Amino acid sequence: MLAQIHITFKDGVLDPQGKTVHHALNDLGYDEVQEVNIGKYMEIKLDSASREEAEIRVREMCEQLLANTVIESFRFTLVDTE
Amino acid sequence: MKCGVVVFPGSNCDHDCYHILSHILGQETHWLWHKEEVNLESFDLVVLPGGFSYGDYLRPGAIAGFSPIMNTITRFAKAGGKVLGICNGFQVLLECGLLPGALIQNQSRKFICKNVFVSIDNPDTDFTRSCGDNRVLEIPIAHHQGSYYIDPHSLSQLEENKQIVMRYCDADGNVSSSSNPNGSVGSVAGVTNEQKNVMGLMPHPERCADPLWPRTDGQIIFQSLISAS
Repeated sequence: MLAQIHITFKDGVLDPQGKTVHHALNDLGYDEVQEVNIGKYMEIKLDSASREEAEIRVREMCEQLLANTVIESFRFTLVDTE
Repeated sequence: MKCGVVVFPGSNCDHDCYHILSHILGQETHWLWHKEEVNLESFDLVVLPGGFSYGDYLRPGAIAGFSPIMNTITRFAKAGGKVLGICNGFQVLLECGLLPGALIQNQSRKFICKNVFVSIDNPDTDFTRSCGDNRVLEIPIAHHQGSYYIDPHSLSQLEENKQIVMRYCDADGNVSSSSNPNGSVGSVAGVTNEQKNVMGLMPHPERCADPLWPRTDGQIIFQSLISAS
């Protein structure tokens, strides 16, 4: 099983990188760009007994280490690899 | 005062801290290797130095926060032991939950290395008491991820509890956005926990505490700790 994890800044936390890319896109003529958020993408290969177990364990991993929940939020999807 | 300086893989201000505590201020100082769960009962102070622990992978301080030594430091702190986290050490203390908030990339997206002024917001802590009337200190900063963040409600709680120890300011002590080098909320440069025995700060007091240098404002932090022990 593969966990595909996205981690982004929470609303209200300054994302200077996202702001800079936003301005660059506007400068290139993409005026429709309203907001850019830059985050992290991680793929974790799992050897889990079940989908339910993987769901619980990956959530734990995110809360304990992968995301800093003071400033970041996370979401993930589980993909069957076999 | 019996001090310990923690060494993580990637710490690079550990020797500066050791030098100031041991050679300049004459305190008994020991190295604390991050993999050892040393008994800290006889210690008065533990310093988490600046640097790039674990290469800043994932987030600065995130991996170091789970080092074996952090278990002992957490117990030491809960029992009232004094813990000082400088720069990356501050990031570690935030990541492991000993201090509130988080540090994110500087607003300018640049690594900033320069002298800044900080005003002592709370002169009544074991980390600041020696400042006397000298409430504006000039201390260098050197960081890329030093913009302090905490939600507005928690920020006002910190203010209420007098947990904000220092804020970035100008040479006269005025706190404003123009004297805020990195975009920190409330210009916060250093905070304590609620019990005020754990402090983290982004400026480097150990880099201006040797009389060989023109300024020794950083000594105030260490002298305060010595007086308190």
